[in-house]
Amino acid sequence: MNSTPSFTRRLIRLLPLLLLAAIPAMAQGTTPTPATDSGATAWMLTSTTLVLLMVPGLAMFYGGLVRTKNVLGTMMHSFASMAVVGVLWAVIGYALSFGPNALGGLIGWDKGLVLLRSIDHTILPSGVPEYVFAMFQGKFAIITPALIAGAVAERISFKGWMAFITLWVIFVYTPLCHWVWAADGFFFNIGAKGAIDFAGGTVVHISSGVSGLALALYLGARHGYPKAAMSPNNLVMVLMGAGLLWVGWFGFNAGSSIGSNLDTARALCVTQVSAAAGALTWVLIETIMDERPTSLGMASGILAGLVVITPAAGVVQVGGAICLGIIASCGCYGMIQLKNKLGYDDSLDAFGVHGTGGIIGAIGLVFFIRESWWAEAGQKIAGWGVMKQLMVQLTAVGTTIVFSVVMTLIIAFIVNKTIGLRVSENVEKTGLDHDIHGERGYGLTNLN
Amino acid sequence: MKLITAIIKEEKLDEVREALIAAEIERITVTRVSGHGRQQEIVVQRGKTIIPNLIPKVQITIACNDEFEDIVVDTIIQTARENGGKVGDGKIFVQELKECIRIRTGERGGKAI
Repeated sequence: MNSTPSFTRRLIRLLPLLLLAAIPAMAQGTTPTPATDSGATAWMLTSTTLVLLMVPGLAMFYGGLVRTKNVLGTMMHSFASMAVVGVLWAVIGYALSFGPNALGGLIGWDKGLVLLRSIDHTILPSGVPEYVFAMFQGKFAIITPALIAGAVAERISFKGWMAFITLWVIFVYTPLCHWVWAADGFFFNIGAKGAIDFAGGTVVHISSGVSGLALALYLGARHGYPKAAMSPNNLVMVLMGAGLLWVGWFGFNAGSSIGSNLDTARALCVTQVSAAAGALTWVLIETIMDERPTSLGMASGILAGLVVITPAAGVVQVGGAICLGIIASCGCYGMIQLKNKLGYDDSLDAFGVHGTGGIIGAIGLVFFIRESWWAEAGQKIAGWGVMKQLMVQLTAVGTTIVFSVVMTLIIAFIVNKTIGLRVSENVEKTGLDHDIHGERGYGLTNLN
Repeated sequence: MKLITAIIKEEKLDEVREALIAAEIERITVTRVSGHGRQQEIVVQRGKTIIPNLIPKVQITIACNDEFEDIVVDTIIQTARENGGKVGDGKIFVQELKECIRIRTGERGGKAI
């Protein structure tokens, strides 16, 4: 793909429209029905699988962090997202995200994409069957609401959670996904080369992080917080979850090139480096500030590094990735200290890590973009520079924050007034596992 | 001196402990135990009803001087009992304690508690 820009954007699904626009990147995809590229397809199938692997990884990460009585209830939040969004995405989610502009670009819509009917024979210009792309994107839609669970762990009701994520995916995720990644989306087309969000800094991490914060503030703190000790029940599981997330993230980021090429390699490389730099930094901070490097700190640093590189994986080089990883761990560590001072109950730091890391990444990446990207941007709009791209990024981040917070509060209000969002104090004391699910996470430790 | 052993519901542990601390009973040992009294807990797994023969409980052990016996027992009863009392709320056993020794100093008797 010699004419590919240094940073291939996520799929371009409106082939005829784009051919008319004669975008150079598409020059070699001119045949009406491209043949399947088995290499690219094989990698995208692998990436799709890897992104799904992140969800049980997240379930283990969150599950290990809560108290023993809530381990199953918390893991169920992630698995519920697999079940709910797994269906929802195929039914209308994909149509809302990747259909052509509707309602003035507020959302996408294409009746043919309902139940993915119209893509039965479609091969994308990159040689990947559209089914693979649709499923790949579906995994992003699954993990994003699952991330929110961390902010409201140990107190949200299962029914309320199911209703909340259904509405949240329809009214928050799909519009954001459409704006950022659809070929005719608003953010895809502002500035010289659009708002940069390679694999979901705004769509996935900022949206879930700030929505989590809004929901946590709406629900209020857990009973006894912050006075009562709320220790993680299983840090071994937390580390295994963090490991699975790291592995899965290669699909998340490197898969977002929607191909198997130079961009894929670049994304994979900076993902690895940033995660490692984040982990190293967090452990260093803890060694200096708290005198003890903790396993939870290692896991948190890995996540901070992974989150921050997500929007940037297509445009930064290794040096930039290391810097972003370091800045992310400092920023997220600082935000969690601030949370402890302010006293709001973002239980497992969904905002502290995903919101903060996502914002740092989406804005900070501007200062580490590779030269060739600037050259291409300069060809489109002469004199395009750091400040102008910074304004584009700030617009995207600001809009995402405001939109997510407002919509989350509206959805939370509606769900709370109809089926209820928070468990009773009694259930909270007994634990979600026993009262809501009638099970126990660690039966083996008892004789029976 | 008395040795008080209470078997209570798992979910009541936090409440009981908070109340004991409020009553200035802070020295306590807690264990997970399984046992069977009159309570039957029915569990449904994949639509099949299972009645386990042993139910998980929490055991609290407190050694105290005689004058604290009533405070400890009353506090546990008040906090571990479900509204109005239910089968499965647990039991409290009170025994005479022959000796208590603090390992660090070798002190014996009431002052070692």
